[in-house]
Amino acid sequence: MPRTRVGVFVCHCGNNIGGVVRVPEVVEDARNLPNVVYVEDSLYACSEEGLSSIKEQIAKQNLSRVVVASCTPRTHEPLFKDACEEAGLNRYLFEFVNIREHCSWVHRHDPARATEKAKELVRMGVAKARYLEPQEEFESEVFPAALVVGGGVAGMTAALSLANQGIQVYVVEREEQLGGLVREVRTLFPTEQDTGELLGPLIEQVRSHPQITVYLGSEVENIEGFIGDFDVAVATDGQVRELKMGTVIVATGAQELKPLGMYGYSGLPNVVTQLEFEKSFKRGADLPPNVVMINCVGARVPERTYCGRLCCSTAIKNAIWLKEQDPDAKVSVLHRDVMACGVDIEEFYRGAMELGIRFLRYDVQNPPEVLGDRRAEGVKVHHQLMGKQIILPADLVVLTTPLVPREDSERLSKMMKVPVGTEGFFLEAHLKLRPIEFSTDGIYVCGSARYPSSIPESVSQAYAAAAKAAIPIRDGSVRVEAITVFCDERTCSACGNCVEVCPFGAVELQEGRFGRIASVNVMQCRGCGCCVAACRSGAMQQRGFDDRQLLSMIGALADEVVSVGGR
Amino acid sequence: MSSQSVLVIGGGIAGIQASIDLANMGLQVYLVERTPSIGGRMAQLDKTFPTNDCSMCILAPKMIECAGHDNVHLLTYSEVDEVRGEAGDFQVTVRGKPRYVDLAKCTGCGECAEKCPRRVPDEFNMGLDKRKAIYMPFPQAVPRKMTVDAGNCLYFAKGRCRVCEETCQAGAIDFEQQEEVLELEVGAIVIATGFDPYDPAALKEYGYGEIENAITGLEYERLICASGPTEGHLGRPSDGRVPQMIAFIQCVGSRDVNYKAYCSSVCCMHATKEAILANEHYPDLKSFIFYTDMRAVGKQFQEYIIRAKEQYHASYIRSRPGKITVDEQSGNPIVWYDETVFSEAGDSVRRVASKEVELVILCQALVPRGVHREIAEKLGLEMDESGFLAVRDRLECPVDTSVPGIFACGFCQSPQDIPDSVVQASAAAARVAELLRPNSRRPGDA
Repeated sequence: MPRTRVGVFVCHCGNNIGGVVRVPEVVEDARNLPNVVYVEDSLYACSEEGLSSIKEQIAKQNLSRVVVASCTPRTHEPLFKDACEEAGLNRYLFEFVNIREHCSWVHRHDPARATEKAKELVRMGVAKARYLEPQEEFESEVFPAALVVGGGVAGMTAALSLANQGIQVYVVEREEQLGGLVREVRTLFPTEQDTGELLGPLIEQVRSHPQITVYLGSEVENIEGFIGDFDVAVATDGQVRELKMGTVIVATGAQELKPLGMYGYSGLPNVVTQLEFEKSFKRGADLPPNVVMINCVGARVPERTYCGRLCCSTAIKNAIWLKEQDPDAKVSVLHRDVMACGVDIEEFYRGAMELGIRFLRYDVQNPPEVLGDRRAEGVKVHHQLMGKQIILPADLVVLTTPLVPREDSERLSKMMKVPVGTEGFFLEAHLKLRPIEFSTDGIYVCGSARYPSSIPESVSQAYAAAAKAAIPIRDGSVRVEAITVFCDERTCSACGNCVEVCPFGAVELQEGRFGRIASVNVMQCRGCGCCVAACRSGAMQQRGFDDRQLLSMIGALADEVVSVGGR
Repeated sequence: MSSQSVLVIGGGIAGIQASIDLANMGLQVYLVERTPSIGGRMAQLDKTFPTNDCSMCILAPKMIECAGHDNVHLLTYSEVDEVRGEAGDFQVTVRGKPRYVDLAKCTGCGECAEKCPRRVPDEFNMGLDKRKAIYMPFPQAVPRKMTVDAGNCLYFAKGRCRVCEETCQAGAIDFEQQEEVLELEVGAIVIATGFDPYDPAALKEYGYGEIENAITGLEYERLICASGPTEGHLGRPSDGRVPQMIAFIQCVGSRDVNYKAYCSSVCCMHATKEAILANEHYPDLKSFIFYTDMRAVGKQFQEYIIRAKEQYHASYIRSRPGKITVDEQSGNPIVWYDETVFSEAGDSVRRVASKEVELVILCQALVPRGVHREIAEKLGLEMDESGFLAVRDRLECPVDTSVPGIFACGFCQSPQDIPDSVVQASAAAARVAELLRPNSRRPGDA
């Protein structure tokens, strides 16, 4: 085997590194390291000049490994890897040493020790580079179809968007008809239009779109596989269909909390939830003249801490509806805070006040009380402006309750290996920047399955999920950086620690040649290294970060520590 | 055949996300950003609610992913001049302002800025410190290149200096650089121009500009940020002393028909985060948050407020203060408000109260960017009464503007937080893909 030939390029980054670290000293130190055949002092390794010098020296010095000591891998590693590749060197034979952000920037007041540290970092980088191996990136095809689980507004919107982008879509809906929870809703805020006006055309478009197949009265029985290659079993009336899918969107929605035992609900006949109110009272019907709504029923309490997000808007909407049917009706909304965020909903709220709807704030320590034995007759509440208890007459009490997760979300979560959060809603990859993705690639979430969402929010999320689900299908294949983990069959004890810690569901126990062993699906592995750390027998090894590579780095540092100590 | 290119206006988090998604769909994206760097308002935030993630740490990888994408053409320091045509076939003129720096040569080392003699208020730090006339807006800027601010440069004012030119070892300074005009053909346009903070000086009763120790939310954000002008040291303006009692006033200009009738949507959580951060920096510090309604409606928001109260000495007072005065001796602001006091019997009285604190943070309304109206007019877009871009149908297609082929996401179309903006950005990408039906697989494929 030919001897390993390492080239080292130490960058000044102008004054960023050069103003603190004495780069010429680092360069001289690197010349004496094992296998190093070339060292360059570079003002800017990332400039065109710097990059072409790297390429030139790979050819001229016949370099088999390249180490660049410079700014940050975050922005610059791809640049240097590309340069290696262009010069015919496998990009995984490159090693980055961060002497700006890990050294000169944080030790700018101590140039002497910063210089020593830079030397050590370079020694470690060179030590590791000697053990680098060329790698091939894995690539796999993406099956050109998407599955949408749930046929409510979110699911239908996502399906339509995907289909309109030219992608084959399958919608699986548990009920015998499309529409989801919104079917039970009378009007929509803040436009106050009839639900049918939105739902009718939407259902019609989904049903008639040539690229959408709808399975009603059906459930997803099983999902296996990974991005690009999901095997899905859909059960309809006991009959199971096997489908292949490239990506999956979860749009299973949520349900209204039934507040059993609260404020007389389920005992008193005229205490109902908002949704029950919408279902049972139609236009032109005899409406009760005195209506009291109580918000935050079963929400923002110790056993269910979250805010239902759209309950306030629902209460405002129904209060306005009542007032519009009967301007003489007395409608009161008892609330803790009115959540009317943004332009439209705040205007909607102000409009409600102008219509004469009374909004009274109650304190959670001192909640309202529903009066009456057989029927609710009034609601006692502390009026904060008047400073005393008052009794509001009530012919109807409407309880505003939050949406809660569907019962089967736990089953779906286990089946798809995607997590649910503390509230029981599906948990996205990142609350802030990846709100509709799961950490598992190829599966996305939208609508109230993720968190209670209004129609505009659900629809936005559905379009967003459609964008995400379309991208791998449009791309045709997915590629994985070769920093994935593999299992050494000979040493694996099949303890399963790796399966437990993997955040991406990439590890499974399987029968191997020597009995049960851990097996990593490279298409799902993201190279986080959790399983490597958790492995008791050293069987899990990560490409580019294997034991030999990492121990050689520690070895390079330890030698130095010993020699300093001995001085 | 529609153009397979898209124009994205605005390089904040919404514009960045829309660009990444569109580029991943195989479309060519022209991302036009008015300032020298993408990043937008999110780059100015210290941390983000409710996870307390460092804002820059989660944003920077997105900025890099966006700028490094083969299909994204980044046009920073540029503005859209004119738009003609219709959905599927727009002609756009973009004007690139001269930076007087050759982007191909500049390595962003910053030595020129060190030598530049001219100091001007730093807009990235809300004017709380100075930058040079040749500058990089912030260290993580993308592109990581310098820009000569011609309006403040000595050479442009007096005809001599050029110290930057002498200093630059890469030979990147080019005072001959001219404005560049670019003609683009695009099939669709995504607008993501974001927000500006409303000037709270309009509310005389709060004394912004006169009361030294009354600052705005964004100013506070830069002060508490470890990479800000004080490296996270919360020194108050009058004497640099670290306050132990601070107050946040909510709805400053928001939910007020005299100013902005709407709710700015993010300020309740923003103040809660700032109270938490202050206490993290100074464990004895107490915060008082004066609010109208505590609108904590997102995932984990209520839990965040519970944490603020229980672990970070934050008190929430439901009241909209009537005025702020100053104790002349100490420079301490005094907040005047009405409070509800409950008796043991359960009765309550409301009475006027005051609280002396050492620093007041005014959580002002957020309004569409100043340049937004001009862009809307150029593109023929309708706006709502509050000045946000109107959408065609809030329920059916919440990111479609009044003009087919033009989409809007993020704060420019309605007040919203970062996750909602990111969602809308991806939603806009989906709507563009429906319109243009990109058929390419991957760049380079036959």
